Amino acid sequence: MTRMEYDHHLNELKHEIIRMSSLVEELLAKSMKALVEQDIEEAEEIIESDDVIDDLQNAIEEQCITLIATQQPLAGDLRIIFAAIKMATDLERIADYGVGIAKTVIRLKDEEYIKPLIDLPRMTDIACEMLKKSVQAFANKDVDLAMSTAKMDNKLDQLFRQIYRELLTYVMESPRHINQMMSFVLIARYLERVGDHITNICEWIVYNATGKRLDLD
Amino acid sequence: METVMLDTGISERGDMQKSRVKVGIKKLDLFYSDFQALKDVNMDIEEKKVTALIGPSGCGKSTFLRCINRMNDLIPGCKVTGDILIDGTDIYKENIDVAYLRKEVGMVFQKPNPFELSVFDNIAYGPRTHGLRDKKKLEIIVERSLRHAALWDEVKDRLNKTAMGLSGGQQQRLCIARVLAVEPSIVLMDEPTSALDPISTGKIEDLIAALKNDYTIIIVTHNMQQAARVSDYTAFFLLGDMIEMGPTTRVFQLPGDKRTEDYITGRFG
Repeated sequence: MTRMEYDHHLNELKHEIIRMSSLVEELLAKSMKALVEQDIEEAEEIIESDDVIDDLQNAIEEQCITLIATQQPLAGDLRIIFAAIKMATDLERIADYGVGIAKTVIRLKDEEYIKPLIDLPRMTDIACEMLKKSVQAFANKDVDLAMSTAKMDNKLDQLFRQIYRELLTYVMESPRHINQMMSFVLIARYLERVGDHITNICEWIVYNATGKRLDLD
Repeated sequence: METVMLDTGISERGDMQKSRVKVGIKKLDLFYSDFQALKDVNMDIEEKKVTALIGPSGCGKSTFLRCINRMNDLIPGCKVTGDILIDGTDIYKENIDVAYLRKEVGMVFQKPNPFELSVFDNIAYGPRTHGLRDKKKLEIIVERSLRHAALWDEVKDRLNKTAMGLSGGQQQRLCIARVLAVEPSIVLMDEPTSALDPISTGKIEDLIAALKNDYTIIIVTHNMQQAARVSDYTAFFLLGDMIEMGPTTRVFQLPGDKRTEDYITGRFG
């Protein structure tokens, strides 16, 4: 078999995407934990750790540009490179939402929550599960898994609407806590958007495996 | 949730413009004595489009190219069966005028092969062979052919000097001009840039893009990027079989056959 060096770089690229996805998942889960526990220290760490993910995105893009410039990728090789660039962008956005949650932790540090957080952690669990499955689908070029993972986004949409309605009633009952309620609505919205980005990722996984562009939204 | 197919721009048809088959190949087999070099090749080549033939050395792509102007007739022991129809006429029919066929189907080779004559006489050679003597008419043909081959400005002041003094890239464009001088409708190119530097290669590729407005071009190339850049259709050959043919964008993005993918991505053997 020829092109061993090239294959080595393409494999490396694949692993970088998998690594980035794991880091993003971890960041998202930690940010929600910090929110629930009002852990300021953890929140600050998360905000700092975002640099690692930004650097990883840049490194992946660099790798892709170098491969395009030096190896003239075609067919499946071209698809994985294009998919990697797009996936890295979506993953970086997801990390930004995690950072948004961490910043909320700091903003609400002196407030006592008027209700225990249940549905926001649930949304986060679903998002993390989706990330896990999408990585698996990417690694194994598993189109069915990518499609079923994208479907999980419906649950996030439902939960977002549910949280929105619920918090609206809280706001009406207790306008004094409007800052806190608005922050939670925003976080629910962040997580709903995370689901959309994972859906995009699933579309790129399908593209990488089949060359077909699906709209899974 | 709905699953909607987006248009990827990768279709089986190169474009939606009305196209016409210029060369139809049906059940083509070719033998060099006992060795079968082409196996049941079926292919439609569209008029005024560039079709690239790719494949590893010895796969039969140059052999295939030479079938289209019956250059293989000159090889001892070569036997061709099946049909090649140009504008509907079978070129292997008994009463075909091969000299006329080769005027209709011009050929450019790997290595530029100008005659040891002046630039002018190189271009005028073909028309003279076909009986044209009128100096004025020859001058018009020479200028038009050189302009068509994007060489006129570089040689107009040295038409009477030997063609051997031109650079490799200029010589290759001269050979293309020489082909164009007899007004073919098909131009076959057998690795026309493999002996040229990148600048000359770029000029020939620009020329191919310009020529397809008037000619049907079939090009054999070992350079995958060249096939991707210049052609509308790509056909992949392997061990005498035509494995697949389709619009170039489709073949290079989403090859239908694993062997094509292995070849174009350089993972062969």
